[in-house]
Amino acid sequence: MTELNKVNALVQYAAQIGDNGLIIGHRMSEWCFRAPSIEMEMALMNCALDLIGQARELYTYAGEAGGEGKKEDDFAYLRDEQDFRNLLLAEVPNGDWGDTIVRLFFMSAYNKLFFTELAKSTDAELAAIGAKSLKEVTYHLRFSSEWLIRLGDGTEESHRRAQKSIDDLWAYTGELFTMTDAENLLLEDGISVDVTALKADWDELVSQILDQATLSVPTNNWAQSGSKSDGRHTEYFGYIITDMQYLQRRYPGCEW
Amino acid sequence: MTKQTTEKEWPLWEVFIRSKAGLDHKHCGSVHASDAEIALESARDVYTRRSEGISIWVVPSNAITASKPEDKESLFEPADDKIYRHPTFYDIPKGAGKM
Amino acid sequence: MYGDTSIQKPIKIAEPTSAEQAKLEEIFQQKIDDDIKIEPQEWMPAAYRKTLVRQMSQHAHSEVIGMQPEGNWLTRAPSLRRKVILLAKIQDEGGHGLYIYSAAETLGTSRAEMIEQLQSGKAKYSSIFNYPALTWADMGTIGWLVDGAAITNQVALSRGSYGPYSRAMIRICKEESFHQRQGYELLLTLSKGTKEQKEMLQESVNRFWWPSLMMFGPNDANSPHSAQSMKWKIKKKSNDQLRQEFIDATVPQAEFLGITLPDPDLKWNEERGHYDYGAIDWEEFGNVINGNGPCNKQRIANHIKAHEDGAWVREAAAAYAEKQQKKQVA
Repeated sequence: MTELNKVNALVQYAAQIGDNGLIIGHRMSEWCFRAPSIEMEMALMNCALDLIGQARELYTYAGEAGGEGKKEDDFAYLRDEQDFRNLLLAEVPNGDWGDTIVRLFFMSAYNKLFFTELAKSTDAELAAIGAKSLKEVTYHLRFSSEWLIRLGDGTEESHRRAQKSIDDLWAYTGELFTMTDAENLLLEDGISVDVTALKADWDELVSQILDQATLSVPTNNWAQSGSKSDGRHTEYFGYIITDMQYLQRRYPGCEW
Repeated sequence: MTKQTTEKEWPLWEVFIRSKAGLDHKHCGSVHASDAEIALESARDVYTRRSEGISIWVVPSNAITASKPEDKESLFEPADDKIYRHPTFYDIPKGAGKM
Repeated sequence: MYGDTSIQKPIKIAEPTSAEQAKLEEIFQQKIDDDIKIEPQEWMPAAYRKTLVRQMSQHAHSEVIGMQPEGNWLTRAPSLRRKVILLAKIQDEGGHGLYIYSAAETLGTSRAEMIEQLQSGKAKYSSIFNYPALTWADMGTIGWLVDGAAITNQVALSRGSYGPYSRAMIRICKEESFHQRQGYELLLTLSKGTKEQKEMLQESVNRFWWPSLMMFGPNDANSPHSAQSMKWKIKKKSNDQLRQEFIDATVPQAEFLGITLPDPDLKWNEERGHYDYGAIDWEEFGNVINGNGPCNKQRIANHIKAHEDGAWVREAAAAYAEKQQKKQVA
């Protein structure tokens, strides 16, 4: 393993934020022709386009920062599973509409706080990406919050399902507030965001919406982690990469 | 059959979009939504994908009262012969300046 | 007395006598002949309404079912650029389905009814979407040939007589102009690529060429409703006319791609000023339309599953809305 310096830490950082966008965007795109109504399908695809768009900008910047001429597709298509450092929350399967909404809600609440801070980064490029992404995730938060409220305070069945989604996904939220070595290193120069400091606001935001949705916040805070820090993913992740990279791997070096 | 036969369809909402500041909202279509907030979000997701709007109205379709086509003559034709309501009806000599 | 007129439900008027009926029909046809658009609340012959609802719902269903073959490749798109293009294109198709459902609802048929007819097999959709998307090249071919054929059709429809449909088509044509271009660009990239990519391209075009020609429907001689639809300006050009337009536009594009089209009879006819082409396999067409295509069952099963899986979600939102309304009243 190469030693961490400020250059490769920045590459890792930009790519890792991009990984979140790509993987959750990829998951949302799996909803194509499967949503409860066309209107909702359109909404999810808008979210997916925003998130994959964020990933493209971040990968492009990671490539530039690395100075090795890497392009966005090198990050998405030519890295191995363990090189991806997305949050586990981004990669777990879509499940039902409740699971998808809860994941988007947890993630968007986090993204909103995160991009607000990234927009203040001393790195001008990251700050610009942060400011642009903030507008997108603010809508995702609104959309997912409104849906969570309707599921929680809808029918008995929807309440039960939504609560189960929250309970099932809760264990993946702890990882959102962990710092990697690269993040700590970049924090010294005000480049990265101190995500540990976002937790209190996230808790507040989440409990406020859950309260409105008549849902309860789980009490067990044991957290799954390992992907963001070490590329240790869920079993599901390999299939995402297998699908995504199939053509690039099968026909190396082609233009598409 | 399937559940759909017993399910009540979400109400229909008419969508109006202001394309840029200074212009009126214009009708552009409809969406099905359970309530106003969802209708607004759906209208955004469906009808403004190419920056078509800066403001949206959604109105329950059944809240709109419309004139009847067969009343067209009595409602609108009486206006046709009131040509004195138009500026071109009046002859003002050029010398009077711009008016 | 105007308070009872909704913009979405056709007005109930007393059954006209046959003399009145004839008069109404005459006025109606005069409007059509004068190119005055027909708007939702106006009197129209029952058969005009029925034909429109059938055609529009078929069209909307085609857009929605058409999301499936392309959706099949979303997770496997070979570059991020292609991935977002494909996603945006499929999303447009959902949007277009919705615009047309929305226009059809102005004739008094609810989307729920139309969807039920689709799922029960009573309503049809374009036969082309019952063919599978098997390779990445199909994403290009669908854009180039399938969307190309659809656009040829839709440009004609945008000048149709029914206002809401025509307006929806104008919007759709504007949005769709990128669909065919992205497909052709994708194929151009393959045509300049490796031997394997070129083979992938040719193989895909071989599969999609004939089904694309079938998209225009039966020959004019075997298209019983066409004459009336033309008279009503629901259709502006005949099936064979549109098919010929499409072929004439497409052959040079195929040459530019450096591929062959799988029809030995395809050649320029100087005298006609058009390309001649071989016989279409109408037996295949009939089978695919009537449920025996490679993917019919799968397409409808997917649609039903999504609809059923989403029922609890739609019910939840409806229940929430009801609770909120009660709170407001209280």
